[in-house]
Amino acid sequence: MTRNASLAAGATIVALFAIVAAIGPAIAGVDPLAIHLSESLAPPSAAHLLGCDALGRDVFARIMYGARLSLGVSVSVVALSLLVGSLIGGIAGISRGWIDEAIMRGVDIVLAFPGILLAIALAAILGPGIVDLVIALSAMGWTTYARLVRGEVLSLREREYVHAAETLGAGTGRVLLAHLLPAMAGPIAVQATFGVGGIIAAEAALSFLGLGALPPTPSWGNMLDAGRAFILVAPYLTMAPGVAIGLAILGFNLLGDGLAQLAGTRS
Amino acid sequence: MTRYFLRRLGALVPVALGVATLTFAMIHLVPGDPVVAMLGETAAPADIQGLRHALGLDRPLGEQYIDFLGGLAKGDLGESITYRRPVTRLIAERFPATLELTIAGLVVGMLIAFPLGVIAGAKPGGAGDLGAMGFAILGISIPHIYLGPLLMIVFSLDLRWFPLTGRGGWSHLVLPAVTLGTALAAVLARMLRQSLIVVRESDYMRTALSKGLGPMSALLGHGLRNALTSVVTLVGLQAGALLTGALITEVIFSWPGVGRLLISSISARDYPLVEGCVLTFALTYVVVNMATDLVYAIVDPRVRL
Repeated sequence: MTRNASLAAGATIVALFAIVAAIGPAIAGVDPLAIHLSESLAPPSAAHLLGCDALGRDVFARIMYGARLSLGVSVSVVALSLLVGSLIGGIAGISRGWIDEAIMRGVDIVLAFPGILLAIALAAILGPGIVDLVIALSAMGWTTYARLVRGEVLSLREREYVHAAETLGAGTGRVLLAHLLPAMAGPIAVQATFGVGGIIAAEAALSFLGLGALPPTPSWGNMLDAGRAFILVAPYLTMAPGVAIGLAILGFNLLGDGLAQLAGTRS
Repeated sequence: MTRYFLRRLGALVPVALGVATLTFAMIHLVPGDPVVAMLGETAAPADIQGLRHALGLDRPLGEQYIDFLGGLAKGDLGESITYRRPVTRLIAERFPATLELTIAGLVVGMLIAFPLGVIAGAKPGGAGDLGAMGFAILGISIPHIYLGPLLMIVFSLDLRWFPLTGRGGWSHLVLPAVTLGTALAAVLARMLRQSLIVVRESDYMRTALSKGLGPMSALLGHGLRNALTSVVTLVGLQAGALLTGALITEVIFSWPGVGRLLISSISARDYPLVEGCVLTFALTYVVVNMATDLVYAIVDPRVRL
């Protein structure tokens, strides 16, 4: 029982993040879209904990709403990527032969688009908007899970207990669901946890580039972008969303590290 | 070695073709009409028809595709709508800036990662390890879009050590390179630590130590060299993150590279230029991946078998 401080710290940050996303707007109690030009660039104070942006909108309230968007988008993207990726990877691993070959060549081509390039290109063509953002990010994210699931299926199906189940007459579907899926759950959970952190960063980057959530919708990425113009007079406009993004990603990375340690010690 | 090189080069062709095809498909098949997007919903149908014809978008898709591939083979990707100049020329002008930034980021990443990884791997569980790995998890978590402005506030607005934006001499390169290299440094340091820990247990390290070598010189002289092969692999794997990191870093620091060109061409709806920039990034990545495979084959002769 070595220290699993990562797991504890990560779980705490992620739990806080989830609570903020769920009830944050109520905590803020202020409309994040309400414009008060008289409060333009007001510094942090008791009334406005994190100050106000150029249009006099309360930054704290916008950060709270941004958490909802960030978590909502990243969890949806990971869920969609995981579903599509596991399905495609599972088909490849089960069929083997030319179907596997064809699928994996397709995956290679998608992977030839580095980092968030594919999401940038798709978001540029689909146009800005939350649904298009989720589609663009998922189109980039599914390959990781496809490769992971295919690899697991290929190695697990050679295990003795799987051969035993097949000898006893279990069909492909039953082998997959009852014998392979439980064994894969650990690595998939670890990957998906890191995945959420990665998508939070990618979503923020796309919104920062003007390809994700468009103003006035508060997203951490577009707040950071808008704050850059006032970096001299109001640095807190960049610091607040920046810290929020960094902390959220840190939380999922720590949780992922912790889960990986947990899975490692068990096997 | 030559045979291995040719085999890898041969494998490059289908991937490059696939990349070109997917880029073409994205621009031409994804719902949304680029011409309408360029002219606006309210444009007159005659204008829309005119521009569509001028761009060659009214021809059969197969014909456009063949033309696109033929042009690509000749290095001709059409003309930019906003600049009225050949796309390849525009990209060729910007590419050195992107390359400079990416290489600087790689160098910074390695300069930070090596000492951290060695400190952490030399004494796992010690104070140095905790500090180095704490830095690493922060480095992985802090996004470029936050680190860039943060460095700007501290080092160029407060301390006035470096210029705020733009490209010029060495001083312009420092902040963008650190912004880009930090995440790589963090990933590399973690991996280096892991390989050093594995290497420490090996027979040749025991031999080196029993020969009378001090633990540190054994680690640096024998351990690090063997840990290097995995560093090469990881740099190859991280090349993609480095390239798109450069894209974002360019936008933050107004760095005149292909990344900033891509983002400005997206907002200008200059689709030939978007297509060219996307292709440039993807093909660069594919080539870099092949290059790391080759370096790997040189470092570790077993790969060539």
